[in-house]
Amino acid sequence: MNAVAATILQTRDLCIGYAPKRRPRVEVAADIGVELLKGELVCLLGPNGAGKSTLMRTLAGLQKPLAGEVNLEGRDLHGLTESERARLLGLVLTERVDVGNLSAYALVALGRYPYTGWDGRLSAADEEMVRWAIDAVGARELAARSVGELSDGERQKVMIARALAQEPAVLLLDEPTAFLDLPRRVEIVQLLRRLAGDSDRAVLLSTHDLDLALRCADRLWLLPLDGPLQTGAPEDLVLSGAFQRAFADVEFDPAIGSFQLTREPEGEVGLVGEGLHALWTARALERAGFRVVEDAPTCVEIIHDNGDTAWRLHTAASQRVCTTLYELVKCLKLDAID
Amino acid sequence: MATAPTTTPWPRLGPRWGLFLGMAAALLGFFALSLGVGSVSIPLDAVVAILWGETDQKPSWSHIIYAIRLPRALTAVLAGAALSASGLQMQTLFRNPLADPFILGISAGASLGVALVVLGTGVTGAGLLVGLGLLGQVGVVAAAVAGAALVLGLVLFVGRRVQNTMTLLILGLMFGYLTSAVVSVLLYFSIPEQVQTYVLWTFGSFGAVAWGQLTFLAPVVLAGLVLASLLVKPLNALLLGETYARSMGLGARRARLWIIASAALLAGAVTAYCGPIGFLGVAVPHLCRALFNTSDHRVLLPASVLLGGILALTADLVARLPGSEATLPLNAVTALIGAPVVTWIILRRRTLRQAFAA
Repeated sequence: MNAVAATILQTRDLCIGYAPKRRPRVEVAADIGVELLKGELVCLLGPNGAGKSTLMRTLAGLQKPLAGEVNLEGRDLHGLTESERARLLGLVLTERVDVGNLSAYALVALGRYPYTGWDGRLSAADEEMVRWAIDAVGARELAARSVGELSDGERQKVMIARALAQEPAVLLLDEPTAFLDLPRRVEIVQLLRRLAGDSDRAVLLSTHDLDLALRCADRLWLLPLDGPLQTGAPEDLVLSGAFQRAFADVEFDPAIGSFQLTREPEGEVGLVGEGLHALWTARALERAGFRVVEDAPTCVEIIHDNGDTAWRLHTAASQRVCTTLYELVKCLKLDAID
Repeated sequence: MATAPTTTPWPRLGPRWGLFLGMAAALLGFFALSLGVGSVSIPLDAVVAILWGETDQKPSWSHIIYAIRLPRALTAVLAGAALSASGLQMQTLFRNPLADPFILGISAGASLGVALVVLGTGVTGAGLLVGLGLLGQVGVVAAAVAGAALVLGLVLFVGRRVQNTMTLLILGLMFGYLTSAVVSVLLYFSIPEQVQTYVLWTFGSFGAVAWGQLTFLAPVVLAGLVLASLLVKPLNALLLGETYARSMGLGARRARLWIIASAALLAGAVTAYCGPIGFLGVAVPHLCRALFNTSDHRVLLPASVLLGGILALTADLVARLPGSEATLPLNAVTALIGAPVVTWIILRRRTLRQAFAA
């Protein structure tokens, strides 16, 4: 990231929420002053109910802010016409849309909406852009297929291509990976990284995937349930403790950079062994609720024999050999109950 | 990331022109057939000759064609096209495969408008509209359009708050019941002749429209169709749902208003002149989606117009029971021949989603 990178989107004293008629207005978050720079991938994180979606909708121009303003390339976002806005902002949502019988290509072509005439006919330049967008997300082999037949991950890729076809300066994605399995999520985030990195575009991604956000984002926007939105590099926010405070209900271990499932230990187990097997054995034991210590009456020894691995469980009374960690954990739990 | 082989060809977006040509030919064929078939059979070459302006044909045939069958056939084509286009718009706007002017109460609204005019002003006689003067005619159309637009507007107004298609559907049903109830009350206090006039109107018919009425119906339907064709781009964007459509630059409120205006104009005008004709509005768009294998409205709208015209002509032909003096109620025919056809097409598709892809 270079220091002179241009700001694309900027908010000033932004207050977001809802102002229903004849009812008191609901303020979701206030005093939001953030900016998006060209080439950045920013992840918006926050617990449920903190207002991530409201912020995304406000930044997408779909909802008016209660106060303050959003500046997009030097202009007030909410003063733009729909068409002007659509040329600057592309949006991808969580929901799986049922578009019926459209090919992926036709769906991406809909992204040219703000550029085409009354009947939506594509010019040669539009067609060029559609093809570029499809190639940019690596969905060329999907182009001829019907959207209804695509998997969720493929569909989201096509939806991203559709947003790209709008040639937006800012790509907004509201939890686009929520329904995807881990490999698809990693794939999509890598794709977004690439899209942010090699262009004049900024990508804002709201997500629940904290691990992934910590690893890939140039910057985090952290929206806690109470208090103002904080920004910074992921590492900065971890070191300052802001990250841990925002997700106080689960225990974040800054030492390993991930969340812990906290539970009362059922007992202590010694572990003899090293390498990858020791690491994963320790994980299995911790998952089962045992604390791994140097020395304890109950002890697990990892034995390697001709490329096979087994676990020997020493207890005060007996010894037995388990061939899988599953079996080992079961034995330990039985012993703990006795 | 899977990298596609660079040889993967780009798909072509063009519609199936052959199918369009076939449908246009079928429309012409059925139109000619509709002019030739009836209680008096006129050979096809004579029909063409009469239409061509040749005067050496039988004067009675010429009269039958010009005074009776031509306006009737034109009305059928216009009505079928209008109802199908209206249904297509409603299905996309409400993102519901079951939507059509009837289900959302728009025809019930039109019926109420017509009932108020017919039963309220005491029009009696053999033909509903024949007895009406120029002013009365405009009144019936205006009442039907106003009734239709009112109901659809109400459905949308409430629907904006509920954001749920199922709820909307139920609301449409409720509006339908409500208007039917008002019509029942009006019927209850009307004299038998008025009631009969109204009930005949509800059976649906293309036969009550003479040239004089066509000069009103045709411009209104054509205007509605022109409006609908100007809306294919917003309709395509709405396939993705309103949020996405707005994010792509659609002025959702304006687009929704125009779509409703177009659908209400089409359905309302046809209902005013031909009665509440069921089935075509919901079935034709689905048949077109199946035939053309697309949800693109740039294809579906002209396809629905053509197929709607064809099916309306067919239904009218069957309703006239060629070779006999008797006729069937049009509404019975549209459902009798339509329901099995649609059922067959839907079941033939692999999944319901594919078939209903709205």
